[in-house]
Amino acid sequence: MSFAIALSAPDDFEGWRDAAARLAAAGIPPEAVEWNAGDGADSLFGSAPSPLPDVPPQPIPESFRDLARFAICHADSQRFALLYRLLFRLTSAPGLLSNRADADVSRTHALAKNVSRDRHKMTAFVRFREVAREDQSPAFVSWFEPEHHILRLTAPFFVRRFASQVFSILTPKASAHWDGESLRFGPGASRRDAPDGDRFEALWLTYYASIFNPARLKVDMMKSEMPVKYWKNLPEAALIAPLIRDARARMQGMIAAPTASRAARGPGYLPQVEPAGGLTACRACPLHAMATQVVPGAGPENARMMIVGEQPGDREDLEGQPFVGPSGQLLDEALRRSEIDRSTIYLTNAVKHFHFEPRGKHRLHKTPTRAHVEACSPWLRAEIRRVEPEIILAMGATAARAVLKQEVAVKAMRGRVLSDFEGRKVLITWHPAALLRLTTREEKRAAWAEFLADLRLARDIAQIPLHLPFDGQAPEKPPEAAALSLSLQSDARRPQSPRHT
Amino acid sequence: MPQLDLSAKLAVLADAAKYDASCASSAAPRRSSLGSDGKSKGGLGSTEGSGICHAYAPDGRCISLLKILLTNSCLFDCAYCINRASSNVQRARFTVEEVVALTLDFYRRNYIEGLFLSSGIIRSPDYTMEQLARVARELRVTHGFRGYIHLKSIPDADPLLLEEAGRYADRLSINIEMPTERGLTKLAPEKRLPSIRRSMGGLRVKIEDAAAERKLSPRAPRFAPAGQSTQMIIGADEASDVDILQTSVSLYSGYKLRRVYYSAFSPIPDASSVLPLKPPPLLREHRLYQADWLFRFYGFSLEDIAGATDGGMFDTAIDPKLAWALRNRAHFPVCINSGSREWLLRVPGLGAKVVDRILVARRHGRLTIEGLKRLGAQARKAMPFIEAADWQPGATLDGERLAARFRHQPSQLELFG
Repeated sequence: MSFAIALSAPDDFEGWRDAAARLAAAGIPPEAVEWNAGDGADSLFGSAPSPLPDVPPQPIPESFRDLARFAICHADSQRFALLYRLLFRLTSAPGLLSNRADADVSRTHALAKNVSRDRHKMTAFVRFREVAREDQSPAFVSWFEPEHHILRLTAPFFVRRFASQVFSILTPKASAHWDGESLRFGPGASRRDAPDGDRFEALWLTYYASIFNPARLKVDMMKSEMPVKYWKNLPEAALIAPLIRDARARMQGMIAAPTASRAARGPGYLPQVEPAGGLTACRACPLHAMATQVVPGAGPENARMMIVGEQPGDREDLEGQPFVGPSGQLLDEALRRSEIDRSTIYLTNAVKHFHFEPRGKHRLHKTPTRAHVEACSPWLRAEIRRVEPEIILAMGATAARAVLKQEVAVKAMRGRVLSDFEGRKVLITWHPAALLRLTTREEKRAAWAEFLADLRLARDIAQIPLHLPFDGQAPEKPPEAAALSLSLQSDARRPQSPRHT
Repeated sequence: MPQLDLSAKLAVLADAAKYDASCASSAAPRRSSLGSDGKSKGGLGSTEGSGICHAYAPDGRCISLLKILLTNSCLFDCAYCINRASSNVQRARFTVEEVVALTLDFYRRNYIEGLFLSSGIIRSPDYTMEQLARVARELRVTHGFRGYIHLKSIPDADPLLLEEAGRYADRLSINIEMPTERGLTKLAPEKRLPSIRRSMGGLRVKIEDAAAERKLSPRAPRFAPAGQSTQMIIGADEASDVDILQTSVSLYSGYKLRRVYYSAFSPIPDASSVLPLKPPPLLREHRLYQADWLFRFYGFSLEDIAGATDGGMFDTAIDPKLAWALRNRAHFPVCINSGSREWLLRVPGLGAKVVDRILVARRHGRLTIEGLKRLGAQARKAMPFIEAADWQPGATLDGERLAARFRHQPSQLELFG
């Protein structure tokens, strides 16, 4: 038994879907179905429409529905049959749709892609021309010739974009009209029904001609993105031939023209010029080339305590301030618990530029090399001589090496008062970033306690007065373990609120 | 300065803007003039994620935005720039109102997706930035414009002005101009690399902070939701391809740029005498874009890419992925029926989309060359480097003539008409 199915329009997806779902449910093979949408598709023997099989429709998978909705708008006369064949095959092979090496799947994707491209080009190449309505308010009319049956598919885009203006899009086979409140579709039109000019077209052509660079002609590229078939309705396309013709002479003219001399300059604005020499202009090692900026030390020149870290991190590099990233936040927490006011101490790093390895869209911290530390040491030395602190707290191996000029094992040497080669007191401790990297609870707990102990020892040596919170109350002291788990849980940018166990 | 009519100004100020390659209108948040009740919300315009190119010029570049300068007067004297202070080019200046009206009138006719506004530096960075931000504010607030806005941001401008610009613009950009600091110092004496980098870093912080705020509260103000981009001029200084890509890599990773645009240095009227007098190296520009893609989407490291060059420069006759494959033949052939995604991505002729299709399709059965073609692969190019159900490359992969075969294919790029 064969079926002749009449659809109401060339893009009648709903009609096709309802019929196909029942035919497939009844097991009607693809060869037995003839589709007719009134556009010449498959009407070889012009049979009268058949009643549909009286069975509940077969559910159509969503992924197939979305694909079919586009493919059905294609001008190909075999599209309904192709889609039905694919739907029929899907009943016995549900995973078939993901196999793009299958001929039917591949063909359906190709149709959908052509339609999607035609739709996209319509959103790009429709050109509206203004007309005055009877009440003199403006309306906009466009004449467009799509390759496929895409007007109903595409018109909602223009409504979303131009909801506040009255417009019509005329095509040979159908037309769409938006009156500011509802979208209506009507019969096909002809080019003569659309206006033949617009007061802004001359300006648009001026723009098109001026934005074109004659020194870089790439005509094939233009044609692949703006296919010639669309040119007849693009006002600017009239300029293409003369622009190409004159391009070479224009470019040769530019190359041959005499070069200008540097004109005398009046006193105008000049951006702030950094002083020659000085830290910001340092090129003693290659790190400056990849970093955003140098991150100098910060703090009062008469600070009694100086903390030296390793190098700026991602955040410090962006903000130009030391210890503002995850390590800085952990340091802040430790200072608070040690009752030290951050604004009274001087904070700096052994290396003043961020050393990192780009990885996709991220920058991974890399330990500075001995050469980087060496190149940067004059700057650190100058800071130490300027501030002359009572104590230098060197956090981590890099800082310890920079301050003491020798290799130091942090684990073995931390917590003991040492001295640098000019006799200043130096204390070595963990770097906060090292605490963030520890994995077990026990390790974290132990290292955090040591870190706090070292900070307090440095504070006492420097004789810094205890810093109490503004409200005069003693700082809350949750059990050390709880403090650890909240401070060391993650390297989140913002400190987390206390979580009591 | 004699008064110019609107058309003459447009000609001057579009001509002055055309050396900026960027015309993207993508990645903006979705906006619509149609309310959820099916009625007009007033105002004008929409953005739907991906951009739309409304026309193409014969230079192969997309015209998506109205790309103009507010003025081409400039206090700076960058040698590569047509608008530099010492150039004898005709000067013009739009008023804020003229730019706003032109944008709206072009947009209503579906010529454009929106506005890309830049400017020469006049009076001071703050003054210039304030004018640019005013255009964006007028469009958004006074006219309810929902199309795309891209503003050039001026390094050294007051952060409060940038804040305002970012509230109304979808994208902000600062051009790095030259791949190396030496090149910048030589050709753009008033520009400073550290100041450009600091500004980009500042934008990244603002963009990320605003995005984080909006996660907590959907009413928090936006800041350049389509991110930032930049442009480098290629071929005006001595920087090698690897120098250029190294700078790109540092920009992508440090400032989360959406795009680094490469713009082949183009001869300009009334050029400065320190510049090379030759046509733009368009093929070189093309190869740099390909290499940029390899880094961002194909898992190539900078070292891999450098290894595909000769002394830091690509062979312009073949694409960088093919160049890498030809020099690393020991890793091939890759079996398309069992190879990992990572290795399939290294095969010349297989794009990232095709690779994803292969991974799905091969679950249904062993892939043949015909199947591979249906998935959209450039099979002819891939064949020496792969094994398929019905194909073994045999000796072709080792043959000495393989490189020559690719090199002698006719050029895909049309250079002169």
